[in-house]
Amino acid sequence: MHEVVIEAGRLERQYWNDLWRYRELFYFLAWRDILVRYKQTVVGASWAFIRPFVTMVILTVVFGKVAKMDSGGVPYPILVLCGTLPWQFFSTAVSESAGSILSNTALISKVYFPRMAVPMTAIITSFVDFLVSAVILVLLMGWYHFAPSIRILLLPIFVLQAFIAALGLGLWFSALTVRFRDFRHVVPFIAQIGLYISPVGFSTDAVPQQWRLLYSVNPMVGVIDAFRWSIIGSAAPLYAPGLMMSVLVTAICMFTGVRYFRSTERTFADII
Amino acid sequence: MSAISIEHLSKRYILGRRANSEDGLRHAMERAFRKPAEFVRSLANRRSNPPEEFWALRDINLEIEPGEVVGIIGRNGAGKSTLLKILSRITEPTEGRVRMRGRTASLLEVATGFHPDLTGRENIFLNGAILGMTRAEIRRKFDDIVQFAEVERFIDVPVKRYSSGMYVRLAFAVAAHLEPEILIVDEVLAVGDASFQKKCLDKMDDVGHAGRTVLFVSHNMRAVTRLSSRCVLLDKGCVALDGPPSRVASAYLSSGVGTSAAREWDDVSTAPGDDIVRVRAVRVRSEDGELVDAVDIRRSIGIEIEYDVLQAGYVFHPHYGLRNEDGLLLFLAQDVDPRWRGRRRPPGRYVSTGWIPGNFLAEGAMTVGVTLMTLQPEHLHVTVSDAVLFRVVDCLTAPDTARGDYPRPISGVVRPMFTWTTSYTPTLSPHLEVPHPVGAQSNL
Repeated sequence: MHEVVIEAGRLERQYWNDLWRYRELFYFLAWRDILVRYKQTVVGASWAFIRPFVTMVILTVVFGKVAKMDSGGVPYPILVLCGTLPWQFFSTAVSESAGSILSNTALISKVYFPRMAVPMTAIITSFVDFLVSAVILVLLMGWYHFAPSIRILLLPIFVLQAFIAALGLGLWFSALTVRFRDFRHVVPFIAQIGLYISPVGFSTDAVPQQWRLLYSVNPMVGVIDAFRWSIIGSAAPLYAPGLMMSVLVTAICMFTGVRYFRSTERTFADII
Repeated sequence: MSAISIEHLSKRYILGRRANSEDGLRHAMERAFRKPAEFVRSLANRRSNPPEEFWALRDINLEIEPGEVVGIIGRNGAGKSTLLKILSRITEPTEGRVRMRGRTASLLEVATGFHPDLTGRENIFLNGAILGMTRAEIRRKFDDIVQFAEVERFIDVPVKRYSSGMYVRLAFAVAAHLEPEILIVDEVLAVGDASFQKKCLDKMDDVGHAGRTVLFVSHNMRAVTRLSSRCVLLDKGCVALDGPPSRVASAYLSSGVGTSAAREWDDVSTAPGDDIVRVRAVRVRSEDGELVDAVDIRRSIGIEIEYDVLQAGYVFHPHYGLRNEDGLLLFLAQDVDPRWRGRRRPPGRYVSTGWIPGNFLAEGAMTVGVTLMTLQPEHLHVTVSDAVLFRVVDCLTAPDTARGDYPRPISGVVRPMFTWTTSYTPTLSPHLEVPHPVGAQSNL
């Protein structure tokens, strides 16, 4: 028989079980968010394609003309998309999950479910967008007759890394936003700065050698480099210490994010 | 083995930290009104004061057997909602423990998670999932839910186009089809029209008879005595009484602990007051002069204070204040009857009635506090807080309320009916045609 014990500071034990038991809720919340987004729009779900496509065109023009990144023979839109794709996923996932607890106040204060479902759902929703954008990349590769190297099979690992990094930061920010509304203003700011300090519009090679390890503290540096490496291949050699650093930072983010979220979520309903 | 066992359960809220933050001013003013002396003292030594604490629940012990239907009553602020929130795992207790055996579902609000842009069908799935049903379960019960809600024809229409009645029916239908072993329900039956309310009560009755454990909060004594097999009275966060519903309910209504629509003090020597004036009764009256405990939101409500002036020579200022379920003071109303204003009153029996207009209060339970004071010399002779309680009921389907066609819960402490005017100037461009008013309601 199902048994629940409620005690001060002891919701922990069944938490991960609950998260599994409520897995359908993830599906429904993500489904709601995606469904609602395209309700009462004329072109409907086509927006899912239009948005990343337009972003890609703009960035190709901007970085192609302004930054004049060396493409090494790789079609320029593909080079750009390899950077913008993971970055877009990461930044929307982090900003969406940061505000997710607040925008679900009604749910939080009226029903129980593992609160982690909310920021996780926001990341899943962004991930769906990411998959749609990935289709554009595939179409583009077909258009340019560009065959990726065999390394592309490793891509899911790097996607997973971006996912975990976004989740770690998302948990931090969503929990912080509940207590300090200041983070509603801080997060978009961070996302904006992040675009410039991540190698989205330029190659990591542009960074002086002695600073590269430090630069890799930004977990998205490793992810974006790995994206380019696995899709474009030899055009962008992989910097191993940097990748290790980014895996390490991602792991720390996730670990501390889960801990902070778990320690504060019990008071969400009281202070929200 | 009991279905729910609650041992030494306590919940503390820290008020001090809140008061210093964004809405500090509002809280400070509220405290100043509620307990002026304490407020002044706290101003004097605010630095040395630890943050103010409030125990919403204090050492609650309850054993609830499987199949019991337990009604929880108590006046506003007694801790009923906090108890349900802890049992629903929305908030954590400060001390003590609860052990619940069986699948639990809680219903603190109907339509939780309903999204206006989604269709009835989509909302059934979403709301069902939020309340803890699996997809397969929802699919199985889908037809029953739609039938129960009587919305077959509109199931693929966004719920924002629903009439308020349909909306509430759908929301409740989903909730009514939960099949948990333990059901925790807050006062959600206060919405909807009378016949649908009855249908929901019957459905809940079924749930109880099917051997399920139900725990519900209500201000409606009739619902409590009809539905529950046991009743728990909470007062100031503690269990004041626990037993058969009829006994607990009547004890609640007649005792000083309880609050009902009318309260009378038969013995002048024990009636609240002093040697100068004593309150003998406080009553809630409808427009027809009848004693009522629930009032239609459109009708005016008379709050009647009956008091005996025992010594001549004083000018009295009878007044009463209304608090809503959150304990927020809505207003203080002074007796300004010109016949007695500023006049010294001879001894005798007085009845002062202040009428609250219809279409002014929001829905919910209101407690009335009554005060008799003199200004020269300034002295508070009687204060009876929580003297009486009444409910303002919005029947949702009435056309002439401030609700308009909006079906969902409306926030705000009052809900006045204004006179609205909308001016209109046609667009000058000859190409633009004035769109035909295709009202959503007219489609349905």
